[in-house]
Amino acid sequence: MNATKTLIYDGSFNGFLTAIFVAFDEKSQIADIQKNSASQNGLFSEPETIFTQMDKAKRVWNGIHKKSHNAIKDIYFAFLSENKGIELVLYRYICKLFAANTSIASDYSDDIVLKTSQLARSVGREKHRMEAFVRFQLTKDEIYFANIEPDFDVLPLISKHFRSRYADQQWLIYDIKRKYGIFYDLNQVEVVSLDLDEIHTNSLNKSAHFGDEEYNYQDLWNNYFKSTNIKSRINLKLHKQHVPKRYWKYLSEKKVV
Amino acid sequence: MSLSFDRIKEKLNILADAAKYDVSCSSSGSVRKNNSKGLGDSSGMGICHSYTEDGRCVSLLKILLTNHCIFDCAYCVTRKSNDVQRAAFKIQEVVDLTINFYRRNYIEGLFLSSGIFKSPDYTMERLVAVAKKLRLEENFNGYIHLKSIPGASDELMREAGLYADRLSVNIEIPTISGLKLLAPDKKHEDFTKPMLKVKNEIIQYKSEKKIIKSTPKYAPAGQSTQMIVGATGESDKDIMYSATHYYKNYNMKRVYYSGYVPVAEDNRLPAIGTQVPMLRENRLYQTDWLLRFYGFGVQELLNNDHPNLDMDVDPKLGWALRNMQYFPVDINKADKSVLARVPGLGMKSVHKIINARKFRNLNWEHLQKIGVALNRAKYFIICDSNKWDHSDMEGTKVKGLILQNSVGKFRKEYSNQLQLFS
Repeated sequence: MNATKTLIYDGSFNGFLTAIFVAFDEKSQIADIQKNSASQNGLFSEPETIFTQMDKAKRVWNGIHKKSHNAIKDIYFAFLSENKGIELVLYRYICKLFAANTSIASDYSDDIVLKTSQLARSVGREKHRMEAFVRFQLTKDEIYFANIEPDFDVLPLISKHFRSRYADQQWLIYDIKRKYGIFYDLNQVEVVSLDLDEIHTNSLNKSAHFGDEEYNYQDLWNNYFKSTNIKSRINLKLHKQHVPKRYWKYLSEKKVV
Repeated sequence: MSLSFDRIKEKLNILADAAKYDVSCSSSGSVRKNNSKGLGDSSGMGICHSYTEDGRCVSLLKILLTNHCIFDCAYCVTRKSNDVQRAAFKIQEVVDLTINFYRRNYIEGLFLSSGIFKSPDYTMERLVAVAKKLRLEENFNGYIHLKSIPGASDELMREAGLYADRLSVNIEIPTISGLKLLAPDKKHEDFTKPMLKVKNEIIQYKSEKKIIKSTPKYAPAGQSTQMIVGATGESDKDIMYSATHYYKNYNMKRVYYSGYVPVAEDNRLPAIGTQVPMLRENRLYQTDWLLRFYGFGVQELLNNDHPNLDMDVDPKLGWALRNMQYFPVDINKADKSVLARVPGLGMKSVHKIINARKFRNLNWEHLQKIGVALNRAKYFIICDSNKWDHSDMEGTKVKGLILQNSVGKFRKEYSNQLQLFS
């Protein structure tokens, strides 16, 4: 019997898929799959470092995709949840998927499938919320800039949406929590990392990076938000349910004026 | 912009405030791809970018072009005799606001309505000019909803549909007699004539597009209308039969129901300070949903024996309690259409059940995990489990058990209303 193994990968999705390839290829008993930044040695398992290889990752992706379009989407979305232990859950999911004759993506009475699809849904919900709650501020360099701080790593999922929507303006969406952003230069979207000297929230303090016109529009939007409310129908509980408080500091309409 | 900023701000406050009673905020159902590196892309699914403190979606910049009006409809805040501040936007101002809000990702597009100044055509022409400018000069592919002005000419209605995603005329008062009472200057035909025009244009453009690919889109998101609820003494049956009429005969995409917010001292109307009938409005939306997505016929839910919706239970539960002979339903065998009628099962749950039961028979635990609202559903279903002790239970008893164990969001309000009449 082979010793059980813990696979250590670089934290990327392709790294994870490479690890899956290795697990299947070596027919190893997998104790865990861990990010190199967060790995802990198991007592009885042997660590093996996985180097991301695109061709292997691609083969796994295609293999899953061929089995089920819904499964590959759920796996990718659930992976981006960064949920602790998600790798092992997804590994088991993929084992089940390859062992079954039909797609298991809708077998909701199975715990692994249910958990994966629920996580994928949470990530999907936040993807949608980010598409809604990103607030661009026009810098003096003519770049529409936004800070975000999502619970899940959704930047890879929203890039296409913003690219097709804002094709004629330069924009940058920066994830403060994960310290990287996506930048569109009128031609393509690139992943960028940068040192922010200040975090731009909806604060009343004006930053030198933005012009008067930017603040005028924020003001107009803030006013609009108030004018469009019907006071005799007020329902703050519902309001908070739709616009969770953790997003408020980036919403120009929530600025106290 | 900076020169006139204060004036714009003032106008925006006045003209957004006056437009807020229009409840439509849909920005979905239209596909307008951004193929030319322009601004905006409509993918068919709308986005609520914010929610007002009353909990409604903010998806479009919803404003009036002007709140000057030659009409004096009793229910309308913009009516001629009302003493309010008046303002009017210039065409370019609306275009600038829309573009700049859109660029900052505040909105999905524009919802433009207007009071009627000078004449219906004069007003409609300006609404069309805004949309035309956005499309042709700004290369804007976001969503545009134009309010048709009752009485506007066919030619203008035709042009409007070429630039707008959705057109709508609000019928406002669900019954003709109610309209006569509250809007004596307006005729029922003023509302239905533009609706008919839009309906026919949509059909015509669609059939032409089948033959000639380059035929432009005409109001691709269709048309909608709105009715005020609780301003006149109509029953829920009156309202929903009227809605069904518009869905059927005018191909409406949506009918909206707007609980009357008292905005006028007028002895024909509920007094200022009267509570907005929010629960009733909610029940009407639930009914509308059952008609559009759950396969119910309107006469099953509302009829002469049952002219008003229940206030204490949702319309599907109410229907089920009056029709216990159709239950219990076997979760592992029943058709989709049968499952859709079970209280506590939304279409999402129905879909999940149908998928999940292919792998094994489902029991209570499975259903709970999938997310079925068992507190209601359990009285109406059987599944792969023996625990079933509700057979032959009377509707009234089931209702009592459900109400005992529920903390519905309107529970408190409902008991307030009860006290009013007790």
